[in-house]
Amino acid sequence: MTLSLAALGPALPELLLALSALALLMLGAFAGPKSTDTVNGLALAALFGALVLVLIGPAEATLFNGAFQVDAFGRFMKVLALIGAGGTLAMSVDWLKIEKQDRFEYPVLVLLSTLGMMVLISAGDLIALYMGLEMMSLALYVIAANNRDSVRSTEAGLKYFVLGALSSGMLLYGASLIYGFTGSVNFAQIAQAAREPSLGLIFGIVFTFAGLCFKVSAVPFHMWTPDVYEGAPAPVTAFFASAPKVAAMAVFVRFAMEALPNVAHQWQQIIVFVSIASMALGSFAAIGQRNFKRLMAYSSIGHMGFALVGLAAGTQQGVQGVLVYMAVYLVMTLGTFACILSMRRKDGMVESYDELAGLARTSPVKAFMLAVLMFSLAGIPPLAGFLAKYYVFLAAIEAGLYTLAVIGVLTSVVGAFYYLRIVKIMYFDEPAAAFEPMRSEPRVVLAISGTFTLLFFVYPAPLIAAAAAAARALF
Amino acid sequence: MSLAALFFYLFAGVAVASAFMVIASRNPVHSVLFLILTFVNASGLFILIGAEYIAMLLIVVYVGAVAVLFLFVVMMLDVDFVELRQGFLQYLPVGVLIGMVFLAELVLVVGSWTFGAGVTGAVTSAAPGVSNAVAIGRVLYTDYVYFFQAAGFILLVAMIGAIVLTLRHKENVKRQSIPVQNARTKAMAIDVVKVPSGKGL
Repeated sequence: MTLSLAALGPALPELLLALSALALLMLGAFAGPKSTDTVNGLALAALFGALVLVLIGPAEATLFNGAFQVDAFGRFMKVLALIGAGGTLAMSVDWLKIEKQDRFEYPVLVLLSTLGMMVLISAGDLIALYMGLEMMSLALYVIAANNRDSVRSTEAGLKYFVLGALSSGMLLYGASLIYGFTGSVNFAQIAQAAREPSLGLIFGIVFTFAGLCFKVSAVPFHMWTPDVYEGAPAPVTAFFASAPKVAAMAVFVRFAMEALPNVAHQWQQIIVFVSIASMALGSFAAIGQRNFKRLMAYSSIGHMGFALVGLAAGTQQGVQGVLVYMAVYLVMTLGTFACILSMRRKDGMVESYDELAGLARTSPVKAFMLAVLMFSLAGIPPLAGFLAKYYVFLAAIEAGLYTLAVIGVLTSVVGAFYYLRIVKIMYFDEPAAAFEPMRSEPRVVLAISGTFTLLFFVYPAPLIAAAAAAARALF
Repeated sequence: MSLAALFFYLFAGVAVASAFMVIASRNPVHSVLFLILTFVNASGLFILIGAEYIAMLLIVVYVGAVAVLFLFVVMMLDVDFVELRQGFLQYLPVGVLIGMVFLAELVLVVGSWTFGAGVTGAVTSAAPGVSNAVAIGRVLYTDYVYFFQAAGFILLVAMIGAIVLTLRHKENVKRQSIPVQNARTKAMAIDVVKVPSGKGL
């Protein structure tokens, strides 16, 4: 087999990310710490370039014997992952500089992690899945401990690493069982072979799903999330909550839909359980939290539960729901973290959301945007978060999963309590001291995110249509 | 007895004996050295069955990297192995019991094991006259080049990570710079100071 260079065209975004990561590493290593700003800027440019290449690239292609596949689904998720990575990197530059944690390796690691996400989203077989997952996660473990002089940051990195290694082990064990009982690592061939569920195959599915649940932080594999989110530096937490979740959810859906469509009733019950448990824990456990980052950790656990409702339906409509949900979740998360990153007073960062007291009087626009995001996260119509929930619950009802849908709606009511409490603190409590003025990048991210969330219902068609086309690619 | 059988018993015997010595020797450094001997003999066994590529890998990876790493860890960490072994005899009966259970289970499993039809036939080299290393090289850089490159990037991430988390640039450390030394002129090296008489420096 000969592979001409032109045949690598569909992988151009990945190649761009890989080569620019290598080049920026050289630049940083030889030019020293003073090049950090240049490396940051060029890394952002590389992410933007990859985004453009994904958008103008071929719609469908398969490379490397099916290990790398480009389709509408992959392109949709890649665009989301790149937006997430780019948005958080843009917001983190200033923050890290003020906290004196800026190092040129940080953007390089973000690039390499994003490369891993792209590999993961495009994965067409189990080896590519594992490679992408490890490339993404290894870089995440390191940047979690980016602030290496802080005990909490290093604890976050270590905890994430140890539990991540455990989940990788489970995933590999499951993958080897699936390979052993179907005779292939390729998703399409697994689907051909796995027509009848066998005990070995079911064990394989359970272990692989456990590994994937860890990456999307779904209950009961969520334990790392609150500690890691709280311990890691705030921009790193923003990154954790956005792009890797999108990538992991993408591969979760792709693996379930492409490799295991014929044994759907076997894994459906796992997803239903995981989904209910995540929604319930995300809603109830967040009530007692005062730390905004920790609250967002529980919030993301809950939201992953809602997104998995769509996967549990196992239909094309369900997948479309997951895609819409992840897009809306990404935008809301970026906006909320833009606010968290700007909770800074003269004497440093604050993380408790009680500090937001009276924000409506000190900076009304920011308070309004954050209130919109909180209403949307709670799923109050007509905001974007409501429409996202509407699509996944509709898919679940049409698939006959009434219990799941009812429990989902009930837990989202419980979850609304802590989102609305933040709105109450901002609007009705006595004002605390004002924050430092917001930097320009978080301000832009918050403005885009808030506007999108507020006005999504006016013209939702493009996103819904793109998600529908992406979902069709898997069926 | 053929020569191959003779070597088999030689390698196998030494491997088992040195594996026993790994756990029996009192000095941990000796344990690691016996471990290396075990690996070398195991790779000899691989050569006997014609798997020369795995044999070389065993030497390069396990002896060359892993065992040396062990040696460094044993020598650099101050682990008191004598203390760890206290109570060894006390727990011996329980240990022997668990060992016997495992042994019985292994015998039961292996005793009832039969290979499926066509499995033994499948373990032949793909093309006659092609050695293992060539056969692996042929697919590694063609069919699996994507995974090969991805694995390379993962290792790169691991290396960057180790450096990011541990490298500290110390201030005020004097470093030798030969070009600077060579470029020294008289004016840079000597400083003529006028010393007032009777004062000293």
